[in-house]
Amino acid sequence: MSEIKNNNLASSPFIPSPTSVGKIMRSVIYALIPGIAIYILFFGWGVLINILLAIVASLLFEWFMLVVCRRPVRVFLFDGSAIITAILLALALPTIAPWWIPVVGSFFAIVVAKHLYGGLGYNVFNPAMAAYAVLLISFPLEMTLWSVPLESIKSNLGFLNSINFSFYRELPPSLNFDAITSATILDQLRTEIGLGHSIEKVVNSSVFGFVAGAGYEWVNLGFLAGGLWLIYRKIITWHIPVAMLLGLLSISTFCYLLDAEQFSSPWIHLFGGASILGAFFIATDPITASTTEKGRLIYGFCIGLLVFSIRAWGGYPDGVAFAVLLIGLTVPLLDHYTAPKVYGARKGYDKN
Amino acid sequence: MRKLWRFTGGIKLKGFNKPSNTSSIHQIPIPEKLILPLRQHIGEATEPLISIGQRVFKGELLASSTSFISAPVHASSSGTIVDIGKYSIPHQSGISETCIVIETDGLDEWDSNITANIHPEKLSRENLHTIVKSAGIVGLGGAAFPSAAKLKPTRKINSLIINGVECEPYISCDDALMQSRPDEIIRGVILLQRMLEPNECIIAIEDNKPKAIDSLRTALEKLANAGVLDTTNISVIPIPTIFPAGSEKQLVKVLTGKEIPQHGLPYEVGVVCLNVGTTSAIYDAVYHGQPLISRVVTVTGSEVNQPDNYNVLLGTPVVNLLNAAGSIGFSKYKLIMGGPMMGMNLPNSDVPVVKATNCILVEKAEQEKGTKVMPCIRCGTCTTVCPMKLLPQQLYWHAKSKNLEKLDHFNLSDCIECGCCAVVCPSKIPLVHYFRYAKSEKKEHEIKLKIADQSRIRSLVRESRLEKSKREQEERKAKRKAERKKKKASIPKKDKAIEGQSTSVPEKIEDKGVKTKKVAKIAKG
Repeated sequence: MSEIKNNNLASSPFIPSPTSVGKIMRSVIYALIPGIAIYILFFGWGVLINILLAIVASLLFEWFMLVVCRRPVRVFLFDGSAIITAILLALALPTIAPWWIPVVGSFFAIVVAKHLYGGLGYNVFNPAMAAYAVLLISFPLEMTLWSVPLESIKSNLGFLNSINFSFYRELPPSLNFDAITSATILDQLRTEIGLGHSIEKVVNSSVFGFVAGAGYEWVNLGFLAGGLWLIYRKIITWHIPVAMLLGLLSISTFCYLLDAEQFSSPWIHLFGGASILGAFFIATDPITASTTEKGRLIYGFCIGLLVFSIRAWGGYPDGVAFAVLLIGLTVPLLDHYTAPKVYGARKGYDKN
Repeated sequence: MRKLWRFTGGIKLKGFNKPSNTSSIHQIPIPEKLILPLRQHIGEATEPLISIGQRVFKGELLASSTSFISAPVHASSSGTIVDIGKYSIPHQSGISETCIVIETDGLDEWDSNITANIHPEKLSRENLHTIVKSAGIVGLGGAAFPSAAKLKPTRKINSLIINGVECEPYISCDDALMQSRPDEIIRGVILLQRMLEPNECIIAIEDNKPKAIDSLRTALEKLANAGVLDTTNISVIPIPTIFPAGSEKQLVKVLTGKEIPQHGLPYEVGVVCLNVGTTSAIYDAVYHGQPLISRVVTVTGSEVNQPDNYNVLLGTPVVNLLNAAGSIGFSKYKLIMGGPMMGMNLPNSDVPVVKATNCILVEKAEQEKGTKVMPCIRCGTCTTVCPMKLLPQQLYWHAKSKNLEKLDHFNLSDCIECGCCAVVCPSKIPLVHYFRYAKSEKKEHEIKLKIADQSRIRSLVRESRLEKSKREQEERKAKRKAERKKKKASIPKKDKAIEGQSTSVPEKIEDKGVKTKKVAKIAKG
């Protein structure tokens, strides 16, 4: 059977669908706005510059690939999927990354992870996370250079200076490189625990805010609000975010209660890294997530466990991207074994 | 308050008001021609009992079948049979089937054999069953399953469910019927109760039809106060408005919490389910002796001036309904029989109203144009809304790749084609269309397999037959050889040879006789 181009068919239902891919994608973009706004507020224009660079690059690559693959450009270019990929990728990047980081990331996300696998709906890996992982492994220096929250910078970089810095790595004379960079709370945790220090030292450092990373905790609250709105609007279901956060909380609480010296508080795990963004916006990417309710619960929970494992015992400070990519590999298996029992299924009834 | 369950999935269809929702039911005038298909039900087609040129009376039996699952066809009005031939019928694929055509004489003369039953309460169960069967009553909710087949369950029936849910948007024929004929419906229910002897009887109505609920409750109270009939076991239960709550499987779940077993029937969980329209038809058949010759049809849609409910003689061409309801925009309209969720496109407006016709929907044809089908983004919303707990998305992949084995694995045959998955699909994939296509594909495949199987068996039988005759031939040859040898050996002893000859001859004859019989048998087989 060939793809049906137009559903002007002589077949029921005759009620047009009220939703569309474009509407869903737009809703997700709207839901990201509060988090992004707070992010800009705390960390400067670098966030926005990254996002804009990624969007422009992604749309260009998307357009190019659609033309090359001879797919309808008009239908797919503005379906919103490329824009979401771009935003999620940009949000995962350090705010003071050089301009080519989001561009190279967009290339990998759109061209390799998305279109070489067949385009929208067919990609095996989450394009944004695949691109992030590639960037992190290929350019570790640029990818681990995080900025300090604005409140602790003596003078704000400003929009033009941010652009200047992104493209030419030039800073105004009043600032030097060290003044604007700092470790994230998860980085700090890794280093301190690696050195044999206790958590206490991190909590007393400047990167610690109220319950987790300074500044980042507020950004995460913004993403949480957006995520809850998505659930309320029924764009995503509660299963994956709840299961993932539950997985993360359960193991981190358990370890924290076991040894509070070596393991940070669950709050840091919840609001310190990319957990909230990951739970509501990345793990819920429909194309790469499990599709059954039970499967989604297992999928989310396993991601939560893996995120903690990577943070606590792995080689990277944060593990959302790797966890999503790895657990994503189990999706076909999950879908297969968690298929719901059909209405009226007979007990012990064997089809074969 | 009765405890209600919730079936999995389903959708709330908002914003589809029912413009045709009134308590009045208008009469459509007798058309010039009535076209009555021989098969208006699920099951065996009927055989015509009349001939062309014959004059028939209203209610006269025209065609019947001896099959258990079938329903006879009666003349909807008096007139002359002018043709028995192929006419296009309401069917998804626009096929033609054999129909009886009556040219009406406008006298609407009833068959003199049809008389009212004076004491319908005194009829035996067997009598009631015969009346329902011979009246040609089928499920009027849309499925058109012969009702009589439901009324002889082999198990104890716990609940008799009268389906007044009518969950499809736009359709209001059952609603109108419940408002205008509550007494008849309840009397029909009491007849059914006598036939099935259930522990309880529930009339289920969606809670968006308060007038119908009121009407039936008032009628029930009146009858109870009058004390003529026992109505203690009958209750009117409003159920939440979620599509497709009116589907038998989902309704049974809502009211009893039980699920009808896969590929099974409701009586397996102690339930019999009948539509309100069917119940009122049973009343007409038992009390007045009238067979099923008319039904209530909703005529509605954006292209209809006066959406309303009409009492229509079966066999009336759809165009007569459109004229009565004042349909506009004849050039670019879309004609649908049934509701917008599960209805079917009609090939033209000449097709007749049949027993299953509950609604004629006339919509603008352009409504769905311009929507592009996007690739599946695996959002899984279809799975969430599927009332049969299927995985529409998986079915879609396998339907697309024609993987019949996988389709079987994912229970394609359980799909009720309710359309929920297609309506919520953000990619606008016409899922139900794919499933229907895959189902027909599967059917075709099964027929092919059957034919292949038959010819395989035939060739196997032939082979074994040939082998057998060959073997027999060889055996005979060997026998003859042995005999000849024996003879040769016995020649010197003369008297013994004579003995041997005399015995061997009849033996041979007998052998031949057996062989010819065998050959005849094989040839027959």
